[in-house]
Amino acid sequence: MGSITLKKVTKNFDEVSVIKPIDLEIRDGEFIVFVGPSGCGKSTLLRMIAGLEDTTSGNIEIDGQDATDTPPAKRGLAMVFQSYALYPHMSVRNNIAFPLKRAKVSEDEIEKKIANAAKILNLGDYLDRKPGQLSGGQRQRVAIGRAIVRQPSAFLFDEPLSNLDASLRVNMRLEISELHKSLATTMVYVTHDQVEAMTMADRIAVFNAGIIEQVGTPLELYNNPVNKFVAGFIGSPKMNFIDVNSALDDATASIGVRPEHLKISRDEGMWAGKVGVIEHLGSETFLHVQVAGIGTFTVKAGGDCDINYGDNIYLSAAPDKILHFDEAGITLSKDQTSD
Amino acid sequence: MAISNGKKSKLIYTFLAWSISGLIFFPILWTLITSFKTEAEAISTTPSLFMFDWTLENYKDVLQRSEYFSHFWNSIVISLGSSILGLLIAIPAAWSMAFVQTKRTKHLLMWMLSTKMLPPVGVLIPIYLLFRDFGLLDTKTGLVIVMTLINLPIMVWMLYTYFREIPNEILEASRMDGATIGEEIFYVLLPIALPGIASTLLLNVILAWNEAFWTLILTAANAAPLTAFIASYSSPEGLFYAKLSAASAMAIVPILILGWFSQKQLVRGLSFGAVK
Repeated sequence: MGSITLKKVTKNFDEVSVIKPIDLEIRDGEFIVFVGPSGCGKSTLLRMIAGLEDTTSGNIEIDGQDATDTPPAKRGLAMVFQSYALYPHMSVRNNIAFPLKRAKVSEDEIEKKIANAAKILNLGDYLDRKPGQLSGGQRQRVAIGRAIVRQPSAFLFDEPLSNLDASLRVNMRLEISELHKSLATTMVYVTHDQVEAMTMADRIAVFNAGIIEQVGTPLELYNNPVNKFVAGFIGSPKMNFIDVNSALDDATASIGVRPEHLKISRDEGMWAGKVGVIEHLGSETFLHVQVAGIGTFTVKAGGDCDINYGDNIYLSAAPDKILHFDEAGITLSKDQTSD
Repeated sequence: MAISNGKKSKLIYTFLAWSISGLIFFPILWTLITSFKTEAEAISTTPSLFMFDWTLENYKDVLQRSEYFSHFWNSIVISLGSSILGLLIAIPAAWSMAFVQTKRTKHLLMWMLSTKMLPPVGVLIPIYLLFRDFGLLDTKTGLVIVMTLINLPIMVWMLYTYFREIPNEILEASRMDGATIGEEIFYVLLPIALPGIASTLLLNVILAWNEAFWTLILTAANAAPLTAFIASYSSPEGLFYAKLSAASAMAIVPILILGWFSQKQLVRGLSFGAVK
């Protein structure tokens, strides 16, 4: 079991409210990702679930039991920190054994669990080394190993891949996803990287300034963002927003088109523009197109795109791929718009 | 041969460093030299640095006074006892100030330090009366208590500076791993902070060993440490410079040896937190 329920949870630091009342149901066994810009409160909420931060008001329930005032050690959760937070004076073996020793597990059982964790995480050769002698990826594996031996009801990850280089990050991402599949334990994962969120999550909670803007599966958020913030945060490159001066309809204040939904033509289209910087990634190409009176559009084209810097082109998008937002930035449903 | 600018400035710095060290060391050197003089030469108006009749009489005399070793023992008990007792109090205090900070932690630290700015004589009467009423005058227990109290602010500050260098996440990780506060301090914090704890202990042993104000006032015969023993050579019967110097030298030597062997640790401890 590993369900976590947040009921009207808030957090204030002195006078500043960093978490506004939040309600969230984290289901048993799901992989939920908290994503949002720096300072949006996602890490604070994770630390509140862990018990490392007090809850100002509201309740946190773990497996149906109120755990709001339960100390971290008694919550049955395991956490992996951004800085790994390994015990520098202990060997890898003792790092992994630490939570088991605290739980008074027998020596034989500890040995068995260490061996098992070492096998899963490929740490067999490093058990007698100190954390200082390991690479970043290995340290992160030890941190995960220390978390899994406890068999917690849920894992909490606080930006665990931020300190790793790009290629290692992709590998660890896969490893964590695989671990989730094999352990089938609830995982709550905090990141500011929306690619991590999209690729790993069963569900994503998008945070902004202490509130959750939207919770949903990655594709729900991508296809049906509830507002401009979610639309802009999910998807890479970012969605293009166009303020609508001459009202398309009564409600629309701006529209949004994803770079991958813009079509390029040399002859005609909705917007005429001049190609600026072109980024070739091999399999795809990002064009930055200057459209007079609107601004810069980012366009995602195929890898074999033959457009050059300074070319004049036209951009257009299929109507069903255009999102409409009202004055407050809320997404308008199809029947609220005239086109 | 011309000396390059770099070499010249190095020479100047070396000369300056030696001069300052010499200046600081001179009183100790003078004490050592005086300890080998006769009483007459020691008070001579034309003092000689090396040209005198070297004698070991003073040391013999000091050692013949059987109290030396009992004072030596008192010094050990008081300095070690107060440092260990101080650590037992300072470690949890510094832990809470470093890791469970509140808005007022900084003020509390400042207030603690401010007690060190108070001239000791300001609290002389109350402490003396308390000691008298509790029967602590001229007892080692009393001196251990007073030494602990006067050095506690420094111990808390030193440990606080050390602990601040330890990432909070490591302690949080231990909390998540099921450690109680005691286990967190004992298994995680202390082993990581061991160098800092060692230098804190060392510095306080030295401070307590050399403390003279309280030891002179609160002790007589039973609990007097070496500082009081040295002072006994300045008595109504006369001031025995040479013997006083020999007693001083014998009081300095143990702590000097301790300091010599642990100077690396001590310098690191004192400059900790200054550079990351």
